[in-house]
Amino acid sequence: MTGGVGDIAVMEEPHASLRGVVRRYGGAQPVHALGPVDLDLRRGEFFSVVGPSGCGKSTLLDVLSGLGRPTGGTVSFEGAELGGEVPDGVGVVFQEDASFPWLTVRDNVAFGLRRTGLDGRETARRVEHAIGFMGLGQFAAHYPAQLSGGMRQRVCIARTLVMQPRLILLDEPFGALDQQTRLLMGDELLRLWRETGATVLLITHALDEAAMLSDRVGVMSARPGRFIDLLETGWPRERDSRVVSDPAFGALTSRLWSSLRTESLKTMGRAA
Amino acid sequence: MSRSRTVILVRAAVLAGLVALLEVLCRVGIVDPMAVLPPSEMVGAMIDQLRSGELDESMVQTFSTIGLAFGVAVALGTLGGAVVHAVPRLRRAIDPLLASYYAVPTFIFYPLLVALLGLGKLPLVVLGVLSATPAVVISTLAGLDGVPPVLRKVARVQRLGRARTLWLVVLPAALPRLFGGFKLALSYALIGVIAGEFILSGSGLGYSISFAYQSFDSRAMYGAMLFVLLVAVGANTLLYVWEGRLARRRLRT
Repeated sequence: MTGGVGDIAVMEEPHASLRGVVRRYGGAQPVHALGPVDLDLRRGEFFSVVGPSGCGKSTLLDVLSGLGRPTGGTVSFEGAELGGEVPDGVGVVFQEDASFPWLTVRDNVAFGLRRTGLDGRETARRVEHAIGFMGLGQFAAHYPAQLSGGMRQRVCIARTLVMQPRLILLDEPFGALDQQTRLLMGDELLRLWRETGATVLLITHALDEAAMLSDRVGVMSARPGRFIDLLETGWPRERDSRVVSDPAFGALTSRLWSSLRTESLKTMGRAA
Repeated sequence: MSRSRTVILVRAAVLAGLVALLEVLCRVGIVDPMAVLPPSEMVGAMIDQLRSGELDESMVQTFSTIGLAFGVAVALGTLGGAVVHAVPRLRRAIDPLLASYYAVPTFIFYPLLVALLGLGKLPLVVLGVLSATPAVVISTLAGLDGVPPVLRKVARVQRLGRARTLWLVVLPAALPRLFGGFKLALSYALIGVIAGEFILSGSGLGYSISFAYQSFDSRAMYGAMLFVLLVAVGANTLLYVWEGRLARRRLRT
């Protein structure tokens, strides 16, 4: 399966879409990092992207968020083409710790909201809600250095959540966490997705995470990354990490792995 | 007792021991008390000078000059560092100059500054600024280099403009390293201004020490020297404590 428009495009008006997106990096050793890629994200779906290391997953997130400009093709969000800036309504959670160490949890969460002109009472209400939602109530006055890696990531998610984004992009947000914490964070992410009704795109290298959380999973090839497979998981909207004990879960991860194995071997061969 | 408190106590004990040793050496005559006053007499001389008010004018003169030089150096150095950081070509050109700047004794320009700017506060401020600014530029560059790229990405996602990104994200993230530069800048401004007063000025604490030295007035000389030393250590301690508070907030676990 190649990355043609028809492969992943859907009939309804897409919430966000990539059309023939290519990303090349110049310099002494030019790199063709991504594409051409076509992708339509349905409004309110949970979409995950898996692929071998260095296949351009993060580059995909960069161009979809507006943080990076594609070398070719177009990216649009809610019908409007992106012009090199992150559009209103898009929130991004990164893999690295992106909390501000000089601000308390509460101030971290309120950071973006305080610059929107929203009145103080509404700001406080939304901040307290986001802090409570992410289970950070007891730690609102703490500084990030006083929190574990998982909790700092929750602070970053709360900071994104409080802006009420309609599209949430997550770049391996649990990559640095242990397996148990990742499962629990996955549950919280599902809860957040259900409550906000936002469209979620999750970049992950963990096949089980993608199979457990998503409505659809896109599998990318080795660099330059293209979509080579697309799975509909068929999970109900009300789900949590217990789906890992469902027989269908094994079949999903097994299919993901068979799609990815050849690509991963290519990457390893290239590395060798 | 905590480890840091023990370290502070040991440090204080070493200093106190050295002072006590000098006191004893002066008192028993191994060190000529005409050349070096016993520390207890230095303290006495300093207190007498402070009580009599004879240093008041010099203090105002010197500290206002240092304060002005420090403030200008911090503003210029931070701004200059931010501009150099934003223009990589400029940085490549300037980096070697910054690295070798402190190999040049800036004091040699003092006569030139007096010739250009006249006697008074201005050449001393310029000398202090010349001494202190590069330290701030260097620390600003190091601080900006150390800002995690992901924080700049967060600023873009939050759709902050360049000025807001600098003010709300980049500068706070770089602040711990900037502080190192501020501490150095204070020391360099102090050295620049007092050394300038020493060489050519007709007023200020540096001049008072120089005048006492030339008049063979050991008591006045050591009293003023001790005062300058204490003020320098005190000011640096204040910045050190402030820096420590900032660091603890970021690193406390």
